[in-house]
Amino acid sequence: MKSTVKSKTKSAKPASASVALLIATKKGAFILNSDGKRREWKIKGPIFLGNIVHHLVLDPRDRRTMLMAAKTGHLGPTVFRSTDRGKTWKEASKPPAFRKAPEGQKGRVVDHVFWLSAGHASDPGVWYAGTSPQGLFRSEDGGESWESVTGFNDHPMREAWTGGEQDGTPDGPKMHSIIIDPRDPNHLYIGMSSGGVFESTDKGAGWKPLNAGCLSETTPEKYPEYGQDPHCVRMHPLAPDILYQQNHCGIYRMDRRAPDGDVRWVRIGEKMPKSVGDIGFPMVLHPRDPDTAWVFPMDGTTVWPRTSPGGKPAAYVTRNAGKTWKRLDNGLPKEQAWMTVFRQAMTADARDPLGIYFGTTCGEIWASLNEGEKWNCIARHLPHIYAVEAAEVGK
Amino acid sequence: MKVHIPSPLLSYTNQQNDVEANGSSIAEMLDDLNRQYPGIRFRMIDEQDSIRPHMKIFVNGEQVWGLETALESPDEVYILQALSGG
Repeated sequence: MKSTVKSKTKSAKPASASVALLIATKKGAFILNSDGKRREWKIKGPIFLGNIVHHLVLDPRDRRTMLMAAKTGHLGPTVFRSTDRGKTWKEASKPPAFRKAPEGQKGRVVDHVFWLSAGHASDPGVWYAGTSPQGLFRSEDGGESWESVTGFNDHPMREAWTGGEQDGTPDGPKMHSIIIDPRDPNHLYIGMSSGGVFESTDKGAGWKPLNAGCLSETTPEKYPEYGQDPHCVRMHPLAPDILYQQNHCGIYRMDRRAPDGDVRWVRIGEKMPKSVGDIGFPMVLHPRDPDTAWVFPMDGTTVWPRTSPGGKPAAYVTRNAGKTWKRLDNGLPKEQAWMTVFRQAMTADARDPLGIYFGTTCGEIWASLNEGEKWNCIARHLPHIYAVEAAEVGK
Repeated sequence: MKVHIPSPLLSYTNQQNDVEANGSSIAEMLDDLNRQYPGIRFRMIDEQDSIRPHMKIFVNGEQVWGLETALESPDEVYILQALSGG
C-alpha cells in the first residue's frame, strides 16, 4: 500500500538559496557551493588540511553553526565548531572522551568521532556525537563541551551489544546514524557497526535493541537480538515511524505503524537484481515521499571488494517502498569504474526535483539534479571522501 | 623547563617550537602546558592518561612511557610525532 504521508507541510526549498555540499575527507574538509540553480559549483577549502575529517554538519536549526569531527594521523580526536558557517573555527573545550577507568582496569579510548547529529528543534544547542569505538556523547552548548551519555556508554549490556574490536569495520567499530524523532526529543535511534539498531525513549537513559527480522551473517545465530551491522539507518522526517537501513546484509524497511504491532525489519533489497545484490553503505530518503529511497550498491561477495559491482557504478531508487528498484547510471562511467561510496557520502538536497549527491573514495563528487536520472561529476581530485552532507544555505 | 613542540601541535602554541612549562612530573608539566595552550594535552594524551600511539615524549634524550616520570629543572622535554603513514 502506498504510504499516505505526502504532506504539503514541508515543501521544496526555493531555488533562490544555494546548496552547500559539506565534504569530509581523509585530508581535510571542503565546501562545494552552488548557484541558485545548482548549475555552477565553487569549491572552498581545504579546511584543516591534513586532518582526518569524518563528518561535517550544518545545524539545520540556525543554518550557521557547523561542527566538524576531526583527528590527525598523530593527534587524538576532537570537534571543531564554527558559528559563521565555516568562516572561522574553534576547537571544543571538552571533546568527546570516555570516563577514566578505575585504577587497574582497562578504560576505553575514543579513537575518532565518526558521526554528528544536531539535536531536536526544541533543544537548541544540543548535539549528539557517535564515536569509534562505539560511544554516544551529548553536547548542550552547541558542541563546545561534550558529556558521556552514560545510559549507553556505561550500560551493563554495552559490551555484549557492541562486541569486541574484531566485530567492527576495518577502521574500527562505529556508532553512527544518531536519529532524533522530530515528534519527541526523548526518542532516539542509533546504529552500530557492529551492534545493530537501538532505541531510547528517555533521551538516552535506557536502550533496547531494534533488530527483529534483520539478518546477521557475522554471528552464529542468523537473526539475533543484537549484533547486526547496519551501515546506514534513516528515519523519514514526515513519517517518523518509517525507518530504512542499508545493512551489511541487505536493504531493510520497518513500518512501526503496523496494526498488529509486529515491528520487524523487512528485507526490501531482495527485489534488487541478483547480479548487483543489495549490499552497500549509504541510503538516502526522499524528504517528501516516505516510499522513495536511493542506495548505491557495493560488491559484497567473496572477500567484500566494496566497489561498484562489475566496475559499473549505479544508484538504485525505489519509489514504492522497495517493491521494485530502478537502475540509475546515466552519466556514470559504463565500465572499469571501481567506485566506493561510504555510508555518510550520499545525500540529497530539498529541491523539487531533488538533487542527489555522492562522493567517492577516489575524491569525486557526482550530482544529479533530477533525482538520479542523469549524473554529472562536479568535483574531482579531492582526497578520499568519507562524508557528504547537503545544506540549503540561502543568500 | 623548555618543552619542544612538534609541528602537529604548533597551532596550539602560536607556532612556537619551544615553550616553557613547569611541573615536577610529566603529568604536571602537561597540565601546565594545557593551562597555557588549552586543548593541547588531549590531542597527545588520551582519557586514560596514556600517551597516544603516534606521539612520543623524551626527557633529556630518554624516551618516557608514563606521565608519572619525575622532572626537575633544567630538564629538557621533547614531544615528538612518531611515524604515521597514509
